[in-house]
Amino acid sequence: MTERKTILDVKGLQTSFFTDDGEVPAVDNVNFHIREGEVLGIVGESGCGKSVTSLSIMGLVPSPPGKIKGGEILFQDKDLTKLSEKKMREIRGNDIAMIFQEPMTSLNPLFTIGNQLREAIKIHKKDWSKDQVQERAIEMMKLVGLPRPEGLMKEYPHQLSGGMRQRVMIAMALLCDPKVLIADEPTTALDVTIQSQILKLIKNLNERLNTAVLLITHDLGVVAETCERVVVMYSGKVVEEGPVHTIFNDPQHPYTKGLLESVPDMRFKKERLYSIPGNVPKPGSIKTGCKFAARCEFAFDRCMTESPELYQTAEDHQTRCFLFDPKEVQSHDRTVIES
Amino acid sequence: MTEPLLKVEGLKKYFPIKSGILGKVSNCVKAVDDVSFTVQEGETLGIVGESGCGKSTTGRMLMRLLEPTEGVVTFDGQELTSLSNNDMRKARRDIQMVFQDPYASLNPRHTIEKILMEPLNVHNIGDPKERKKKVHEFLEIVGLSSYHAKRYPHQFSGGQRQRIGIARALMTNPKLIIADEPVSALDVSIQAQVLNLMQDLQKELKLTYIFIAHDLGVVRHISDRVGVMYLGQMAELANTEDLYEKPLHPYTQALLAAVPVPDPDFVREEVIITGDVPSPANPPSGCRFHTRCPFKMDICSEVVPVFAEVEEGHSVACHLYEESRPQ
Repeated sequence: MTERKTILDVKGLQTSFFTDDGEVPAVDNVNFHIREGEVLGIVGESGCGKSVTSLSIMGLVPSPPGKIKGGEILFQDKDLTKLSEKKMREIRGNDIAMIFQEPMTSLNPLFTIGNQLREAIKIHKKDWSKDQVQERAIEMMKLVGLPRPEGLMKEYPHQLSGGMRQRVMIAMALLCDPKVLIADEPTTALDVTIQSQILKLIKNLNERLNTAVLLITHDLGVVAETCERVVVMYSGKVVEEGPVHTIFNDPQHPYTKGLLESVPDMRFKKERLYSIPGNVPKPGSIKTGCKFAARCEFAFDRCMTESPELYQTAEDHQTRCFLFDPKEVQSHDRTVIES
Repeated sequence: MTEPLLKVEGLKKYFPIKSGILGKVSNCVKAVDDVSFTVQEGETLGIVGESGCGKSTTGRMLMRLLEPTEGVVTFDGQELTSLSNNDMRKARRDIQMVFQDPYASLNPRHTIEKILMEPLNVHNIGDPKERKKKVHEFLEIVGLSSYHAKRYPHQFSGGQRQRIGIARALMTNPKLIIADEPVSALDVSIQAQVLNLMQDLQKELKLTYIFIAHDLGVVRHISDRVGVMYLGQMAELANTEDLYEKPLHPYTQALLAAVPVPDPDFVREEVIITGDVPSPANPPSGCRFHTRCPFKMDICSEVVPVFAEVEEGHSVACHLYEESRPQ
C-alpha cells in the first residue's frame, strides 16, 4: 500500500463547555488524522466526546456555551479553528460535508427534496445555470441509489422512508465533491437491513469518489465492517488508535478490551457477558489520573495520580495506558521474572 | 409436555385510520395480525423484528395495556382476554413489564422509594413497614444500595435507572416479565451489566421472560427460543441455536446477514434484500415478505403461507417449506 497523504490533521484539540457548574472539557487534547480516501472510525460510548470532536471540525460547536480552547485542525494547510465564519462557510459543505444521525430532523419538512438539494448547490456554485443545478441534483440522487429521482425531487421529507431520507442526506453531502465526509452515527436510527444498505453505499462511494470518511459510531460491528483505522475515545480522550485488524484482534487498552468483550456476538452464545464495572463518567467529572482507572481491573497507584500519554505499541498503533509505558513494561517484566 | 405458562392464540390488533371530518374509519393498520405462540415456565422467549413489525404492540397486548382486537391470551390457566378490568389489574401482579426508556418510565417527581412502593400499594401487599423493608431489599438485589431510596430518578445514570425499572417490576414477585427493549438505550458496557443482572435474577427468582428487542446479538445471548416478526406476523419461531445456525425463512436469513459483526476478518454470507418495509396499513397480498424476498415464487403473492412446524420446535411461515411439513 502506498503511503497516502494526510488530508485532515487534528492536533491537541480542546473543546470545552462553560456551564453554570464550571468548565466541562468535552474534548481534551485529542490528536488524530485522516488520510486521503480512507475510512476512519471514532468509537466510544455516550459522553466520550466523539460528536463534539466532529462538530469542532465543522466549526459547529454551539457558542456559547461551547468553545474551542486550544489545538489545531489542519485542512489543506489551513487551521480551521482560526478561520472566520465566512471562510468556514466556504469549506463547510464544500470541502468537508457532514451527515447526521436522524435524517428527519436534518431535512426541512416544509421544502421539497429538490428544493433543498438545489439550495445546497447554489450556495457553493453561484455561477451555475438552473439546468446545471437540476442535472447535478438528479445525478447525485442516482448515485446514492434513489429510485425515480425526478419524482422524488417534488416530494417532501415526510413522504420518504428513513433509509431514503438518509440517502438524500448523503446525496446532499456529496453534491460539491467534498474531500472529507463526516458521518455522525449515520445508521443508528435505521433498521438493520437498511443499515447494511447505507453502510454499503458509504463504503462504495468512498471507493468510487475517493472521499475520506470519518465515521462516528458507538456500534463496534459497524466499525469492524466499514473502517480501515479506528480511534477509541473515552471521556474526552483518545485511549487507543490503530488499524481495524489490530484493534479488534489484539486490543491493548483495558477499556477497548472490555468493550469488545461486553458485546454479545450474534454468531455464538457466550455463557456470561463480560461487563466493565461502574458507570460511564460524566465529562469533566474525573480530574486527576487516568480517566478509566476507577473501572479498570489493572489499575495501580500511578493510574490514580498521573495521566498517561499515548504510547506507541506498534507501527500505527498507540495506547493511552501505563501498562505500555516502556518504563513500566521493564519493571513489570522484572516482577514477572522474580515471581 | 407441560402446560405452558403463557399461551397466545390468534392475537390481532388493528388500529383504525380515520379520515374526513366525520372521522369515518377508512382503513386500519394491521399492527399485529394473527400471532400465536407459547411460553414455558422459566424460559426466555426473545421476539425480534425491525421497527413497525408489531413486537412492542404484542408485548403490550399480553398485559392488556392495549386491548387486543381479536385473540386469546391464557396465562397460568386463566384467560386474560376475558377478564374484567378489575380482575385484570389483579392479574398484573404476576405479569410485569420493563420498558425501554428508563428516563421516561420513572416519574421524575417521585423518590425511588415512592416509585418502588407504588406496585405494593396498588396490589395491597404488606403493611407500610414491610413495604419499606421490601423496597430496600430489592434495591440491593438489583445492585443498588438502600440509601438510594431517598433519591430522585435524575440523580441516577441510565444503567442505574434501568436497574430501578427492573426492581419495580420485581416488587410484586411476578412470574412473567415482559421486557420491551430493556437495554437498547444503554451504552455497551452498561448493557452487559443489565443483561447479566437479568440472567442472575431469572435463576434466583425462577422468572420467565419475554424479551423484545431489535438487537439480534442481545437476543441470542439471553433467549432460549426466538420468534422473528415481520409486518405484524410471526415469520419464524425456533430454539435459539436452530434459528441462528440454520434459519429457514428468507427474512430471518436476510436479517441475520445484515447484522454488522464486531470482527473485521468476518466474511459474511450475502443475502440480498432490497427496498424498505411496506406500510402495515396496506400490507402486500399473500406472504407479506414477497416484495423483498429473493426466493419469490408465483404462489407467494397470492396465498398467505401457514405458520406451522417444519421440524420439532421449529415453525416457519413460508411456502418454500410447505412440502417438508409433517402431514
